Amino acid sequence: MRYKIIFAIIFLGTLLKSCADSSRPNYQYFPNMYESIGYETYSESDAFNNNIEAQIPVKGTIARGWEPYDYPDSNEGYEAAKLNLISPLEVNDTNLKNGKELYEIYCAVCHGNKGDGQGILMKREKFLGIPSYADREITPGSIYHVLMYGKNAMGSHAGQVNSEERWQIAQHVMELRSKLVK
Amino acid sequence: MGNNLYSNYREVFLGFIKPLFFFFVFLATSYNFIISAQELTSVDNTAAVQAGKKLFNANCAACHKLNKRAVGPALKGVSEKYDREWLYSWIKNSTAMVKSGDPQAVAIYEEYNGSVMTSFPQLSNSDIDNILAYTDYIPPAPVAITSNSAASVPVSSSSNINNTVILIALALVFTILVVMLFLVQRTLMRIAKLSGVDIKPEVKPKRTPIWMAFVQNQFVVLTGVIFLLLSSAYFVYGYFMQVGVDQGYMPIQPIHYSHKIHAGANQIECKYCHSSARVSKHSGIPSLNVCMNCHQNIAEYNGEEDLENGYTKDFYTKEIKKLYAAVGWDEENQKYTGESQPVKWVRIHNLPDFVYFNHAQHVQVGEIECQKCHGPVEEMEIMYQHSPLTMGWCINCHRETNLKVESNEYYAKIHEALSKKYGVEKLTVAQMGGLECGKCHY
Repeated sequence: MRYKIIFAIIFLGTLLKSCADSSRPNYQYFPNMYESIGYETYSESDAFNNNIEAQIPVKGTIARGWEPYDYPDSNEGYEAAKLNLISPLEVNDTNLKNGKELYEIYCAVCHGNKGDGQGILMKREKFLGIPSYADREITPGSIYHVLMYGKNAMGSHAGQVNSEERWQIAQHVMELRSKLVK
Repeated sequence: MGNNLYSNYREVFLGFIKPLFFFFVFLATSYNFIISAQELTSVDNTAAVQAGKKLFNANCAACHKLNKRAVGPALKGVSEKYDREWLYSWIKNSTAMVKSGDPQAVAIYEEYNGSVMTSFPQLSNSDIDNILAYTDYIPPAPVAITSNSAASVPVSSSSNINNTVILIALALVFTILVVMLFLVQRTLMRIAKLSGVDIKPEVKPKRTPIWMAFVQNQFVVLTGVIFLLLSSAYFVYGYFMQVGVDQGYMPIQPIHYSHKIHAGANQIECKYCHSSARVSKHSGIPSLNVCMNCHQNIAEYNGEEDLENGYTKDFYTKEIKKLYAAVGWDEENQKYTGESQPVKWVRIHNLPDFVYFNHAQHVQVGEIECQKCHGPVEEMEIMYQHSPLTMGWCINCHRETNLKVESNEYYAKIHEALSKKYGVEKLTVAQMGGLECGKCHY
C-alpha cells in the first residue's frame, strides 16, 4: 500500500515536470483573445505566396518616403557619387549627434569609434585590413553610396538606416576623418 | 582472513596509484610536445614573413584571404603565378594597368566582375617583397596544431578517468567495510551462542500508533486541515497565475544563433541587427542580408568552444553553412545563387493580441536598455524569455520609472503642470498617464 502511494507521488511528479517543458509555449486561458485574427508580423498565412506574411512590395509600387537613387552600383557609379552627390542636410549639432549615435551602432563595430579601422571585430581578428578613414579619399557622397550598396567586404546598410540617417552618418564620418587627418 | 584483507588493500592501493602514474607520465610527454611545436614555428618565422604578415593584415586582408577566394583571389603562392615586376606595378596602381590594356590585368579585372583593387602607392618594393614572402610561406602550423590538440584532448579525458578511478576505489572500500561489519556481527553471534547467551529479539510493548494519536486529537486535526487547505490554495493560485505566462520559454531555433557570441564576445549593438526597434512598433527579426554583412567574410567559427554542451568550432561552422544554404550563398565562387529559403525562426516574445506595445517608444524615446526587459541577452547561448511580460510587470515599471524631462522643451508645459498637480519633483511614467487603460488596450 505504502509503496503504491510513493509510486503515485513519483509518477505525478514526473508528469508535472514533463509538462513544464521550456521549449514549448505555455497554454492560455482564452486563446482566441490572445492569438490575433489578423495577420501578425512574420506570421504564416496561406493567403500569400509560400505562406509567408512578409512579402516584397508589389512591382512598380513605391514605399512611402522612398527617394530615387540614380547612381548605379558600379565603379563608375561610385566615382560619380563621389564627385557629384551632395548632402541635402546642413551640418548642425542635431545631425552630428544623431550621426554619432548611428555610427556607433552600425559602423563602429568594424571601423572603430574614432574611424581608425580599429573596431572590436578588427581587434578580435574577425575582420582584417579595415582601412582608417584617413587613408582613403572619401566625400559625403561616396560614404552615402557605400552605405547604400556596400563595397568589397562591406555589405549594404540601406535596409538598416534610411536616407536621412545615411546622410547623418556621412556627416559624422567626415568629422572623424578631419580629426584623423589633423 | 587477515591475509585476505591485506591483499585487498594492496589491490585498491595499486588500482589507485597506477592510473595516476600513467596520467603524470602522459602530462609530461604532452607538455614536451607542445613545447617542441612552439619552437618549430618560432625558428621558421623569419623577419620578412613577420613583417609581411603585418602588412598583409593591415592592407590586403580586407579583400584577400590566403587559401580562399574572397572579394579578390586567394593569395597563397601568388608570386609563382605572376612576374614579380608585374606584381609590383599591379599592387601600386592596378587601375592604370587595366586602362593600359595589360592582358593579365584585364583578365583579372574581368574575372572578378570589375571590382577595382585599391592602389597602394605607399608600399615600397621591399614591402611588397615581404608580403609575398608571407603569402609564399608554408607554415609548419598544421603539425603544431595537430600535436597540440591531440595532446590536449587526452589530457582532459584522462583526468576524467582519474575521477572515476577514485570513485570506484571509494566504492570498493565501502563494500569491504560492509562485508567486514557483517562478518564481525556473525562472529559475535557465534561467540554468544557458544557461551550460552540467548539473544532474543526485543518485544515491543503494544502502543497506539502515532497517527492514531493525531486523529484522536481534534485540535491537531482542525489546524492540520486548515494548514493543508491554505497551502493547497497557495499552490492552486500559483498554478492558475502562471497560465499564459511564458517566462523561461526557450524554443529550439532552426539555426543555432548564439547571442553570447554576437552581442557578448563581439559586442555588436543590439540595434545593429534589430534595427527596426529604433523606428517601429516591432523590434524585428533581422533579414538574412544583415547576417551576410559580416558572414560573407566570416565563414568559419574560430572562437571559444564549449565542449561540455557540444558547442565545438565544427558545430558553429555548420550553423554558418545553414545560413549560407538559406540565403543562397555559393562560398566557392563568392556569389549568390538566387535560390533562397526562408528561415522559420520561432518567435519567443509575444504579447497577447489585446495589448499594444511599441518598441520605438521605449527604445528611442524612453532610452531604455534592451536588457531591462530582455535580460542578460549578451550571456544567452540560447535565447529565452527573461521577463514574465504580465500586466503587473509592465505597470510596476511604469510606476517606478522617472520621466526624462531635461532637454525636452516641447513638453515642458505639461511636465510643469503635472509636477505641480502631484506635488513631486520627478514625474513617473504612471503620473504622465502610463497607467491609463486606453494607453495599451484599445
